Amino acid sequence: MYTEKVMDHFTNPRNVGEIENANGVGEVGNAKCGDIMRIYLDVQDNIIKDVKFKTFGCGAAIATSSMVTELVMGKTVEEALKISNDAVAEALDGLPPAKMHCSNLAADALHEAIKDYIQKKGK
Amino acid sequence: MRRVYFDHSATTPVDSEVATLMMEYMTEKFGNPGSIHFFGREANKAVNEARSNVAALLGANTNEIFFTSGGTESDNLALKGVAFANRKKGNHIITTAIEHHAILHACESLEKQGFTVTYLPVDENAMVNVEDVKNAITDKTILISVMFANNEVGTIQPIKEIGQLAKEKGIYFHTDAVQAVGNYPIDVNEYNIDMLSASGHKLYGPKGVGFLYIRKGVKIESLQQGGSQERKLRAGTENVSGIVGLGKAAEKARLEMSERIAHVQGLRDNLIKGIQEKIPDIKLNGHFEKRLPGNVNFSFFYIEGESLLLNLDMKGIAASSGSACTSGSLDPSHVLLAMGMTHETAHGSLRLSLGRGNTQADVEYCLEVLPQIVEKLRSMSPLNATSKLAPSNPCSQCHHH
Repeated sequence: MYTEKVMDHFTNPRNVGEIENANGVGEVGNAKCGDIMRIYLDVQDNIIKDVKFKTFGCGAAIATSSMVTELVMGKTVEEALKISNDAVAEALDGLPPAKMHCSNLAADALHEAIKDYIQKKGK
Repeated sequence: MRRVYFDHSATTPVDSEVATLMMEYMTEKFGNPGSIHFFGREANKAVNEARSNVAALLGANTNEIFFTSGGTESDNLALKGVAFANRKKGNHIITTAIEHHAILHACESLEKQGFTVTYLPVDENAMVNVEDVKNAITDKTILISVMFANNEVGTIQPIKEIGQLAKEKGIYFHTDAVQAVGNYPIDVNEYNIDMLSASGHKLYGPKGVGFLYIRKGVKIESLQQGGSQERKLRAGTENVSGIVGLGKAAEKARLEMSERIAHVQGLRDNLIKGIQEKIPDIKLNGHFEKRLPGNVNFSFFYIEGESLLLNLDMKGIAASSGSACTSGSLDPSHVLLAMGMTHETAHGSLRLSLGRGNTQADVEYCLEVLPQIVEKLRSMSPLNATSKLAPSNPCSQCHHH
């Protein structure tokens, strides 16, 4: 039911973990729904130097988390804000229809992390 | 790759002797049991032999066994057939919150047609309280339906006591015994059962065939109209090869019952003990003692069931989960929720259902692989014993769903 790319990212997830002293952290989802995604950012000079994730969830949740970290690495904050949940799913060659709404939240988590970064920077 | 099948509650492999016999009744002895000629008589005789074998497994009379297409049809026939035939007596049915969807959805359909259904709660071990059944009975109650053993957590219900109660009150008692028949000894008289549903493919027989046991005298009407097969209760040409296969599977289950149970239960206990020893932060789901011989069900905290299944599958182990992702809905299993489990614990459930083909080596392989998988997923999870959701998390209200 999952594409090869999804299974690849699920089996060998990229950038798993946490960033100590991350300057942007975002989290979406809750355990009731079965998915929680947390994204950690290290932004320097408006460029995403490092990104890591931790996810509780199904195969699609883990694969989209992994994919979004790949898509965003080295990008500017403005470029990162343009990445959508659909773009993440597309980069994985698609997700099963049932997963599009429940487990495709990785870009939302990224945007939350950027929001957090901008807020902290403003202070 | 090494393959270990730990999903016998989903389906079992057809016994080779059963398969050989079925082939014979598809190719050579292919007659229609309704035909008067030699071919028909041959098929008719085989169907009746199968009926005797099924009856013998349950201590029933041969003419109390009605073949169907499986557990779902048997459940629908029992509930709707009795409800429609006894409408004048009353419109109230008692069942439980942890039944299979074949029962729950048939009850919902009856509710739309004017029947009232009480869904009894269960305790944290998925056990129904007999007192609750007693208290739910009204003068309008025509039927009580309680599953024999739960398909997810394996809990075996107090069927004998509920049967006794129903008998005293003069109310029909049905049990969905799909998981138990052939895997656990059942005597319909000892347990005071009026109707019992079963399916062929859970006892090393074929898919697409099952039966409904109906005690002589139970007032029931048919749901499909046609020929006079199955004593006019279930029209349609008999699935002869399937019925013959089911009969053979029932015969073997009866003869091998005690050794099968001893084998499977021994493996089950080793697997439960091993998991408890090797993996922290877990919960055994279902009743510790009163459970199906082959059922193992655990919740692994902080991780999600589908990820667990996919990882196990990559290591060759076939299992199932009560996670929402595998139930095809957004909510985790209704059984686990009815047991009072939180959503997150229910999402992290794993069912390993063992069968007669499994070995101690299978158990050991699983005990080698499973702890590594759980550890890997936990290392990726933002949840742990002290974790809380971030206050800024926009999903705190779960508006996506």
